[in-house]
Parts: sequence; C-alpha cells; structure tokens
Amino acid sequence: MAGNIMLEVVTPDKSVVSEEAQIVVAPGEYGEFGVLIGHTSFLTTLKTGMLRYKDKGGSERAVFVSGGFAEVLPNKVTVLAESADRRRDIDVERARAAMKRAEQRIAEARTKEDIDARRAEAALQRAIARMKISERRAA
Amino acid sequence: MATLKDIQLKIVGVKKTQKITKAMNMVAASKLRGAQEKAEAFRPYANKFAEVLGSLSDRIDADEEHAPPLLVPRAEVKTIDLLLMTSDRGLCGGFNTSLIIKAEKFMKEKAEQGVDVRLICMGKKGRDYFRRKKYNIQSEHIGIVGGKFGFNVAVNAGQELIDAFLNGETDEARVIFSEFVSMSRQVPTLSQVVPIVGVEKAEQAQEAEYIAEHICEPPAEELMAEMLPKQVYVQIFRGLLETSTSEHAARMAAMDNATTNCGEMITSLSLVYNKARQAAITADLMDIVGGAEALKG
Repeated sequence: MAGNIMLEVVTPDKSVVSEEAQIVVAPGEYGEFGVLIGHTSFLTTLKTGMLRYKDKGGSERAVFVSGGFAEVLPNKVTVLAESADRRRDIDVERARAAMKRAEQRIAEARTKEDIDARRAEAALQRAIARMKISERRAA
Repeated sequence: MATLKDIQLKIVGVKKTQKITKAMNMVAASKLRGAQEKAEAFRPYANKFAEVLGSLSDRIDADEEHAPPLLVPRAEVKTIDLLLMTSDRGLCGGFNTSLIIKAEKFMKEKAEQGVDVRLICMGKKGRDYFRRKKYNIQSEHIGIVGGKFGFNVAVNAGQELIDAFLNGETDEARVIFSEFVSMSRQVPTLSQVVPIVGVEKAEQAQEAEYIAEHICEPPAEELMAEMLPKQVYVQIFRGLLETSTSEHAARMAAMDNATTNCGEMITSLSLVYNKARQAAITADLMDIVGGAEALKG
C-alpha cells in the first residue's frame, strides 16, 4: 500500500474524525464508493448512512453521517455533514425513541404531504441508519 | 427620617442583590465561554464550506436563465421575510432593545416603500415586544438563543425561509442578528440570506484550477442546487452563534455594572447609617448627662 489517506469528518458542532486511514468507504449519492490514497479529485453529496474506514492499525471504524457531502483529494478526504457520530458515540436508546416518534408522526401525517411529514421521514431514516451502525458492533 | 433599623434593612437588601448580580455575572461568563467554544468549533466547517461553494460557483456558468433560483434576485420585491434574533431573557442591558430598534426601523422603511414585511421571531424578547405592538408575527422559535441548540434549528428556520421564497410567497429574506465584535461591543446587523448574495469565488487561481479538475457527482449544477440551501443554514447558524455569544457578553457587562453600583450604594448607605448611629449615641449621652445634672441639683 502506497500509504494512508487523511480523513476528516466535520460537523457544525465539532470535528468528529481527524486521522489517517488506509481506506475510506462512503455512502455517495450514486452509490457507495471507496477511496484509497491517490484517488482522483472528486466531489459528491452523501446519503444518510454509514461511512467506514480502516484506521492506521487496520481496525475497521464506522461513522454515522447525514446531510453531508464529501470532497476527495489525492491525499485527503473531507466530509462535511450536518450530523455525524462515531459508532461508539451513538445513543441507541435515543435513536430508538426517535424512530418511534418519527413513525408516529408519519402515521399521523399520512393524509397530507406537508413539511412535517418530510422532516419525520428524514428523522426516521437517520434513526434507522444510526441503529444499523450500532448493531454491527454486536454482530 | 429613616430610622437606624430601616437603613440597616436596606443595606442587607442591597447586599443580597449584589450577591445575585455577581452570581449572574459569573454564570454569564461561563456561558459565554461555552458559546465562544461553540463558535470556534463551527469555524472549520464554515471555512471548508465556503471554499467548496466558492469553487463550485466558479464552474457554473453565470447565465441568468440557468442560474439556480436561490441565486436570482427578484426584479420586484413585494414581501420580505425578516428573521429577528433576540434573547429569551432580560437583564442584559440594551442588548435586545438595540436589536428591536434595528428591526423596527427596517420595517418602517419597508412599509413606506409599500413592501410587506413578515416577521419571524427567534427569542422571546423580540416576540413579546412585537406582539404587544400588535404586529403580525409569521412564526416564532423560542428557547434557542443563548441555550443549547444544534444545527437542525438553523436547518428548520432556513427551510421555512427558502420554501416561502421558492413558492413565491416572499421575494427576499433577511436576518437581524447581533454581531459579536468584542466583549464590550455587540452590533445589531442586518443581512440578506435569500436570495443568496456574496458567494465568494475561489480566489487563488491555483486552487480554482485544482478544484476545476474535480469529478462532480451529481453534476456541478445539481450539486450546487444541493449546496445552496446549506449556505442559508450556515448563515443562520452563524447568526445564532453570534447572537448567543453577544447575549452572554452583554449580560456579563450589565451584571458587572450592577455589582459595582450595588457596592457604591452600600458605601453611601453605610455612611448614612454611621452618621445616624453617631447622632443617636450623642443624643443618648446628652440625655444621661442632663439627667445626672438634674439629680445633682
């Protein structure tokens, strides 16, 4: 391997990840993509979901990202997300509660296509993605 | 004249007030630190975002027809959304008043030009003021400024402004927030958020070239359309952070003043108290001496 690529995940609240990675796999708008060092420059939006990377030591890490986009440079990946959590920081209980809440809201709002329904839908997706990621640890 | 007891009571009262203002000062100081850290944490995101957006806008042909709607100013402005940020709590000097004055002036100006201004209040103080004045308040968001809030607050508020703009209800959206210049200076600032102005093009030629080679997925135009609403959220979030920081700074200054004033009041009251006490002792002595003289006689 030619070397490691720098990975940075930044949200408006904090810097979530800033370390070297052997490989980064991110949920791009048009499908998941992997990045190694020397990747061509690339700019894409990200779906709500899981970003995976192998750290320097080779252990796999997972990060939840939502509402973000990624800029890939040959030696650096920068992810700007509205929210992001490392796997160990995910609060499963909160995600579960959020899921219930969102489901309820969607059920209530089924009849009308309004902004609340849209928001609830997005919240539901986020909750599901968070739970999926944290379940990987158990597996 | 106030009796000794009255003065003493007053001194005790002022001392208690001083303790409270001192505590509030310290609370504001620690909250200010938190707000500043939050603003600091936002900077990397904001900088990177501006960089990417700037280089993207370079790549997009600026012809009017195909420009994303969020970038195109309307020829005729009939309705404006005004998002006013104030604090929820008082006791922070002229902080809220100066923001409200700014908003009222703007609304008056626009009313004279025949432009409708719809008011969106973030923060209790602004809402209460305009409610008392019987203004029509479009919507309100309470419990945000000065407390704990996340980026989603800015997203929700931004969404509201963007939706109203895109479906033709409004032709512009502006924000009034308090810019944090320094500990002793917070300036009410009016800025336009929709349509988006002031997207800076990538300045360094070297950098522009380097981004121009980016593969974009989806294509640059669509990517831009995706990014532009975020620019609105970023601006609102920055406004919220600045306003929160300003609020705590203003409260700190106000409470510092109050504590000093309490100190001065205690000093002057103590003087009065001592004088009165001395007078009472003198009067007592006169009595005793007078009584003794009378017995001797």
